[in-house]
Amino acid sequence: MSAPPDRRRLGAGVWPAVFVVAVLLALWELWARAAASASILFPAPSVVGAVILRQGRNGELFRTTGATLLRLASGFVLGGVPALLLGLAMGFSPRVRAAVDPLVAAAHAIPKIAVLPILMILLGLGEAPKIAVVAAAAFFPLLISTMAGVRQISPLHFEVAHAYGASAPRVFWRVLVPGSLPQILSGVRLAFNAALLITVALEIVAARNGLGATIWLAWQTMRVEELYASLAVTSLLGVGFNGVLALVGRRLVPWHATPEI
Amino acid sequence: MSFQCEHLSKSFALRGGFVQALEDITFRVGEREFVSIVGPSGCGKSTLLKLIAGLLRPSAGSVVLTAASDDERPASALVFQEHGLFPWMTVLENVAFGLEARGVGRAERHERAMAFIASVGLAPFAHAFPHQLSVGMRQRVGIGRAFVTDPRLLLLDEPLGSLDAQTRFLLQEELLKLWTRSRSAVVYVTHDIEEAVLLGDRVLVLTGRPGRIQGEITVPLGRPRKLEYAVDERVSAIKWQIWGMLEEEARRSLALASREPLPAEEGAVP
Repeated sequence: MSAPPDRRRLGAGVWPAVFVVAVLLALWELWARAAASASILFPAPSVVGAVILRQGRNGELFRTTGATLLRLASGFVLGGVPALLLGLAMGFSPRVRAAVDPLVAAAHAIPKIAVLPILMILLGLGEAPKIAVVAAAAFFPLLISTMAGVRQISPLHFEVAHAYGASAPRVFWRVLVPGSLPQILSGVRLAFNAALLITVALEIVAARNGLGATIWLAWQTMRVEELYASLAVTSLLGVGFNGVLALVGRRLVPWHATPEI
Repeated sequence: MSFQCEHLSKSFALRGGFVQALEDITFRVGEREFVSIVGPSGCGKSTLLKLIAGLLRPSAGSVVLTAASDDERPASALVFQEHGLFPWMTVLENVAFGLEARGVGRAERHERAMAFIASVGLAPFAHAFPHQLSVGMRQRVGIGRAFVTDPRLLLLDEPLGSLDAQTRFLLQEELLKLWTRSRSAVVYVTHDIEEAVLLGDRVLVLTGRPGRIQGEITVPLGRPRKLEYAVDERVSAIKWQIWGMLEEEARRSLALASREPLPAEEGAVP
């Protein structure tokens, strides 16, 4: 019964944003064409768009984006799954939380990219150390959100389940998981964005392919419009994933009048 | 079936000391009987229900529920105060949860839950979520979750406390109808003296800190109860009698409350 208003709200949310982006791109275009000096550092969106189209035709776009997505997805799964499990355990059990929380606080504070050299010594120069760094970046936001999600479930809901004699697995699947799902989903969003940032950053430092490597190469060879093309694709990845996640959230959390993600 | 509390006491550890919540509570509930328990807030009414439901262990005394050995119905089901519904479950899933927890198959539990939902006029809302319902509708769903498990003893903890007077009046009537059709005995906790009298076969009067049974009154009204009993002289007389038992303590706690905060509200007791 709440589907129609939701759909209206989605439409109303998208079009103003599209309008704002279109106006900004148009102003940028006009400015870059009017001032030739500006176009050296700020090439017109039409020029950047043409680069993306060319890279799309010769397949470079997909090779580059694919390399980045593969690192991103592997790291995301590798870090996300343990984060989910440990987050549920830490949220549910004060004892686990007390034991692990200080460690989490300490490890969370370390810039993940700073341990890349150590990991490269340990894991070699291939993909493994990079994926490990992405995993670490995705791990903490999802862990913290999941833990918070479990902790905000009202004790009354556990009491009700207990009063009706629900078994431990049933409490897990019918109370713990759905009760923390809204926060888990916002954790997934934070974790994705953190993982995307770190993937591109480490590609700039240490990879021969991927969006980050392309950005760095373009900068070093002063092909500014290619740099912008890769930045634009990175940005679109973020927009796309967040959009997908918002739709998934509506499906998975239909009881939330206003989804938090 | 018969149900009995024998010399039931409960104390909680609090700030290094002990708070005696209930002391020497003894009463019995007969087959299909409706017993109201009335008392001021903080007298341990909720604690008493949790002891009966087995959510808490008594410090002393015992809760005894005897039934035929072939009786497979759950011993008791507790209707919580407001917010007891799972926000992530639809009305249907919420009502069916008690059955689901007992391992009743999906088809059967949905059928039994739907029958209840239809009987209280909530069929159009079967697939709605609690946040889409009014407070009165939500409370009916909470009551339904307990009723459909067909318990031997139905425990209600101020189920209508948060409703406006009109809705409460209608739901009292509906509750009595549901109980009449069921096989359950009821223990109904409330702070509303009139409600206790209008619904119950007997009223136990509880006074607080620690909670003790101050008196027991048999209500001389016939069944089925009608709304007109609210203006019946006998009801007024019983209300006055109960107020006599509660007045002194009510005045004392009011005077006390104006000077210092009470150590533990009923809801804050773990």
